[in-house]
Amino acid sequence: MNKLVASAEEAVSDIADGATVMLGGFVGVGAAWDLIHALARHGARNLTCIQTATRIEMAPLIEAGLVGKVITSFPAYASADRISPFEEQYKRGQIELELVPQGTLAERMRAAGAGIPAFYTATGVGTLIAEGKPTAWFDGREYLLERWLPADFALVGALRADRFGNLVYRRSGRNFNHAMAAAARITIAEVREIVEPGQIEPDAVHTPAVYVQRVVLSSGAGQNGAGR
Amino acid sequence: MSAAHPRAITRELMVLRVCRELRDGMVVNLGLGVPTLLADVIPADIDVLLHGENGVLGYGAYAKPEEEDTETINPGGAHVTLRPGASFFDSTESFALVRGGHVDIAVLGAMQVSERGDLANWMVPARGVGGIGGAMDLAAGAKRVIVVMEHVTRDGLAKLVRECSYPLTARACVQTIVTDLAVLEIVPEGMLLKELAPGVSAVEVQARSEPRLLIAPDLREMRF
Repeated sequence: MNKLVASAEEAVSDIADGATVMLGGFVGVGAAWDLIHALARHGARNLTCIQTATRIEMAPLIEAGLVGKVITSFPAYASADRISPFEEQYKRGQIELELVPQGTLAERMRAAGAGIPAFYTATGVGTLIAEGKPTAWFDGREYLLERWLPADFALVGALRADRFGNLVYRRSGRNFNHAMAAAARITIAEVREIVEPGQIEPDAVHTPAVYVQRVVLSSGAGQNGAGR
Repeated sequence: MSAAHPRAITRELMVLRVCRELRDGMVVNLGLGVPTLLADVIPADIDVLLHGENGVLGYGAYAKPEEEDTETINPGGAHVTLRPGASFFDSTESFALVRGGHVDIAVLGAMQVSERGDLANWMVPARGVGGIGGAMDLAAGAKRVIVVMEHVTRDGLAKLVRECSYPLTARACVQTIVTDLAVLEIVPEGMLLKELAPGVSAVEVQARSEPRLLIAPDLREMRF
């Protein structure tokens, strides 16, 4: 078994127009920057992008006009003085927005990875998020029905991998990467270090190989929590 | 009415007042903005585990330049230190612990709080789009929500309102409000004025609040 791919370009080359793509990372930490930039150059259009915020990891794709829809918890900052490229395109009607609370976003990914089509949560009850969604009462409290969130591709960043695709993250770099890896049909991991199978202590594997289809060695160009 | 009351306390003092609610062993989440200042002033004699949506439990004060680690951040993306006993985990775990009721206190900023404790803190309608982040999860999942905010907007408008006009984060979720003028508690009968900033009167606080405030029998001056 060898999931290593020679380049970021090769790894993203079959992402087609209209694909749904998850991007790992939290304010840039744990993002797969080589893959994101390779996807921007690859030029697949009308992508649905899933990321907890629009401002950093998604920015190269939004700025290149490749994104038709975003599924996110932080489309914009109410306090920001400057209008972001996402907001500009959103206001011109060029980009669609599905707004999801951050925990619901994570749980929808987890559900997709685990084959659970929907789940109930208290988050969002009585808010705009609840519009059009069924609710139910359990033990005296109202809950909202939320659906799973699968994807075609996930571009995840990690510290280390072996050629089977076992992943280890470092600190805040873990964030959404694990849930995205499980939720996507094809997960491409960009890692700083590739080791032989067996060199990662079995107890130390954060994302087991089953969830990862391709592994690319990072150039390191964007690894310093870049973009803030 | 001018926006700033001459005796309004600073953000640093508001945060110190919130700090008095913390107890040894608590798990606490700090929202973006003013609440993040709390991380730097938690007393050294209590162990409080600060939870960050980015998948961390036990982060500490802001990092000095020589302490900065690119992957050790708070939810706002600022470099922070770690306290002994810290742990990292993925986003599903991070929110499962919020939704599962394992966060003792969420300290959140707010645009509006209603007299029933409804919270609005993610969207200014005029702006068109907002940012929810983890606010709805925390408002719905934390055992207790403390709001820390200026008592009125920059334009002098009340942020303590009868009904929120901005989109809600969650209904009836706020228990305590610490402002630059007062400390209030949401009780079944309404909004209870419990403490006043030094030199501020109950009449002045009422004048800057929409709901008719209930006055605590033991109304007293804020301590820090």
